[in-house]
Amino acid sequence: MTRSKSDKHPEASARRGFLRTSLLGGLAALTAGRSQAEPAPLPVPPWTHHPGAGVGSAPYGQPSSFEKQVIRRFLPWMRATRESSVSFTPLADLHGIITPSGLHFERHHAGVPAIDPAQHLLVIHGLVEQPLKFTLQDLLRYPAVSRVHFIECAGNGALEQRGAQLNKVQYTHGMISSSEWTGVPLRLLLGESGLRKGARWLLAEGADAAAMARSFPLDKALDDALIAYAQNGEMLRPEQGYPLRLVLPGWEGVANVKWLRRIEVGERPWEMREETATYTDLLPSGKARQYTFIQEAKSVITSPSPERPLPGKGAQVIKGLAWSGEGKVKRVDVSFDGGRNWRTARLTGPVLDKSLTRFEIDWDWNGREALLQSRAIDETGYVQPSYRELRAVRGTASMYHNNAIQTWLVHADGEVENVQLG
Amino acid sequence: MSNWAKGLGLICLAGLGGCQAPDSTSTPTDTRHYGYGQPVSAMELSSWDIDVGPDGAGLPPGRGTADEGEPVYLEQCAACHGEFGEGMGRYPALVGSRESLTTDRPSKTVGSYWPYATTVWDYVNRAMPFGNAQSLTADQVYGITAYILAMNEIIDSDTEMNAQTLPQVRMPNRDGFITATGTDIHAPVCMTDCVQEVKIVSRASDSALARQGE
Ligand code: HEC
Repeated sequence: MTRSKSDKHPEASARRGFLRTSLLGGLAALTAGRSQAEPAPLPVPPWTHHPGAGVGSAPYGQPSSFEKQVIRRFLPWMRATRESSVSFTPLADLHGIITPSGLHFERHHAGVPAIDPAQHLLVIHGLVEQPLKFTLQDLLRYPAVSRVHFIECAGNGALEQRGAQLNKVQYTHGMISSSEWTGVPLRLLLGESGLRKGARWLLAEGADAAAMARSFPLDKALDDALIAYAQNGEMLRPEQGYPLRLVLPGWEGVANVKWLRRIEVGERPWEMREETATYTDLLPSGKARQYTFIQEAKSVITSPSPERPLPGKGAQVIKGLAWSGEGKVKRVDVSFDGGRNWRTARLTGPVLDKSLTRFEIDWDWNGREALLQSRAIDETGYVQPSYRELRAVRGTASMYHNNAIQTWLVHADGEVENVQLG
Repeated sequence: MSNWAKGLGLICLAGLGGCQAPDSTSTPTDTRHYGYGQPVSAMELSSWDIDVGPDGAGLPPGRGTADEGEPVYLEQCAACHGEFGEGMGRYPALVGSRESLTTDRPSKTVGSYWPYATTVWDYVNRAMPFGNAQSLTADQVYGITAYILAMNEIIDSDTEMNAQTLPQVRMPNRDGFITATGTDIHAPVCMTDCVQEVKIVSRASDSALARQGE
């Protein structure tokens, strides 16, 4: 053991000495209880004897071969085609607040185009003083902004709105991912084109075979909208819109148009199919809420979860994710008795605007059935609703923007099941 | 309102679409002009500028009736959407389910849900047929749109759809939408004794969907 500065300080040194003795005592008591025979020395594995692969063996590094189960998954029966479908992020296997780019959930409406950036342009036109076209190289010359934001599909949890369905947090909540996005603020490019009288809404359109198109208000364009070309330090992945995507922080995924090629400035929304026929929230009255852009505060416990059963009773650290499309997560409460009583969890940080946020709370499990829930509160004071509260307003058919509190039933054997409470 | 909005000389009011450019055209005052973009002409934009608004803005010249659209629909669309727009397998139905929106199993089709006929034109023109998008002529899109509207009994089979008539079509669910302003859910914060009865009402282990597996 190397000597540290604190050895010069008798007080600190004495405290450490005490800690060491009590720790050793505790360990000795534990091992004594477990086995009588003296355990064999720890093994020295082959990789400690022989050198491993040399530099350059993996020009683009991959995860360890022991992490093969950490992948996006999809449900073949969910949609008519794989080209218009979704794959889910393995939330229970991830750490921190950045989703590895290759594990970012996918939602495409006509597959992933293989776009040659040399043949791609962004045009800005409509109610502007000067319609402009930009190559990727042009955009790379502008001042760059990098921000960590989540993107969540409005349909995340849609299947669960009628009742508990799928037994993996990957499927119940995996249409959310979080990245550091780098690009040019849209307001800067609108400054380049200028705006004409009456400009109020914008249309963003992709170059994919769905020509995905969504309207969004000018306020957002001037606030924090980003024309992103990079994700987590490298150019966007094809699945995330290479070479350009719109990032509307905190707003439903579909409005963050991928493979972005065109922005038109106009006076009113365009009433595109993906903002009328789909991505509108049908209420029990038969009327539908439209332009429900914001992904409101939500959270989920990722450990334990169906993928992460409890190994045994005793001390547990409950871990999860919280987020809000309206700003920072202020607080997360956790219940172990189905929402009867709540305790406030600790946010482990970093806590960023419109970004995934980690929470943890300690729990002593007595080995009996328990109903675990988490509830996020954001800096605007918005409180994540229970299913009862959500359904009282939205019924069971609104599908989109389901941010209700998730319940995990921990069985006596530690297995975890997705359930809903009445 | 952000400083940037002020820089662009905008006027912003509360609510969605609250910012608006003022009467006089504006140039940003607190942003630097870099000028890396190149001017783009209307001619260049014509192949990309395909959007159609609810007022019909953007509809190209051309025409078609349901009778004219039917053979094109049967050849290009029916394999997935069905001869009568009923939808094959998991492909979406384009017809029917009127009056279903308040039921337990609402079904959203062009006839039951879509608020604007112009959206049918825009979507078919930009994204269909799936697998060969943006391959139809304007006349074909007018004809197919008319055919879908006629199958939904919204227009007659010999009514011509063109840039003037299409925006006039009143869709059955035209008044079915409310623009969201702010949240509709206000949950309380309670810490102790928050619910009387805790009862499990549904479980993944009982779900037919979960049994379909992966
Ligand atoms: C190969 C199958 C296929 C063919 C052929 C096809 N479609 Fe589609 N269509 C789809 C799929 C898949 C979707 C849903 C796309 C998505 O998920 O965004 C769709 C969606 C639609 C919708 C929107 C339905 C809704 O309620 O949201 C319309 C309208 C439509 N198609 C019209 C047409 C027309 C008109 C044609 C012929 C010109 C056509 N389609 C040909 C597969 C097909």
